[in-house]
Amino acid sequence: MEKTLPKIEIIEKYCKGCHVCVEFCPKDVLEMKGFYASVKNLEACIKCMQCELRCPDFAIKVITE
Amino acid sequence: MAFDYDKWIRPGKLPHIWCPGCGHGIVMKGLIRAFETLQLKKENTALVSGIGCASRLPGYIDCCTLHTAHGRAAAFATGVKMAKPEMDVILVGGDGDGTAIGGNHFIHACRRNINMTYIIINNYIYGMTGGQFSPCTPTGHKASTTPYGNPDPGFDIAKLAIGAGATFVARGTAYHANQIDKLIVEAIQHKGFSVVEILDDCPTTYGRRNKYKSVIEMMNRLKEVAVPVKAAEKMSAEQLEGKVLTGILYKEVKPDYTSEYAKVIERAQAAK
Repeated sequence: MEKTLPKIEIIEKYCKGCHVCVEFCPKDVLEMKGFYASVKNLEACIKCMQCELRCPDFAIKVITE
Repeated sequence: MAFDYDKWIRPGKLPHIWCPGCGHGIVMKGLIRAFETLQLKKENTALVSGIGCASRLPGYIDCCTLHTAHGRAAAFATGVKMAKPEMDVILVGGDGDGTAIGGNHFIHACRRNINMTYIIINNYIYGMTGGQFSPCTPTGHKASTTPYGNPDPGFDIAKLAIGAGATFVARGTAYHANQIDKLIVEAIQHKGFSVVEILDDCPTTYGRRNKYKSVIEMMNRLKEVAVPVKAAEKMSAEQLEGKVLTGILYKEVKPDYTSEYAKVIERAQAAK
């Protein structure tokens, strides 16, 4: 079965750069780019939704089908 | 699929005022997920708070909300519940708001066993007013008003609630984000006064005075100190030293205040 990739939406207007999503991602998908979080390696994403669950600022949405 | 939090958020209210890394947002997400699980109606849900960082939470949520005087959330919420017993009344507040300024209201709401849910977000400090020590600041820890360490022993909110007569007491942490909504769902479903204490981090006023290098370190500390109730049964007293129990700590069925009061009304009307 072919792996489908999610769409990780980061709302920069809400992001406060706390690093929580980057640190708690088990697959190192996210990184800090300047002040905001950004997607580094979408291929590695396993859709565990940890970033969406833990982001205190409602700034990340992991959109799967 | 991404969870749709926007349904419960007042349009245009985000970003919220909480500091970077503050776990209050995580608790708010848990609360919204719990509302969604229970399929609560916005017009039938009242969210009441006092003053403080945590008490800003109802301002962001789109339901019936009441932002009241410092520590008086329980008093105002009692009024709401007595006037409209069919409403789901949920209180949100911090440790200072709930156990210091509102300590008396809190214990008496517990004693009366009013069918409400009190979510106390315990970040061990008064965040909004500048980091003064609260009744929950652990002994020896620093705050802006105790720069040489706090000499007072801290409150155990869960034990206080059980002692005062609350019939449902649970504890979670901002690190265990998945558990928050489950505890809140159980608390709202319970008929009686439910207390859910959520341990949280305050990187701005508590963390930086107590040598926590980052938000991540504070979150990991919550992970380290938390022990689920079931796991704690198999642990010795030494192993449990410095740990906090999480999960549902106490539950009992007792008559709740609004139904008892309805009986009083019936008796009074029959006596005419």
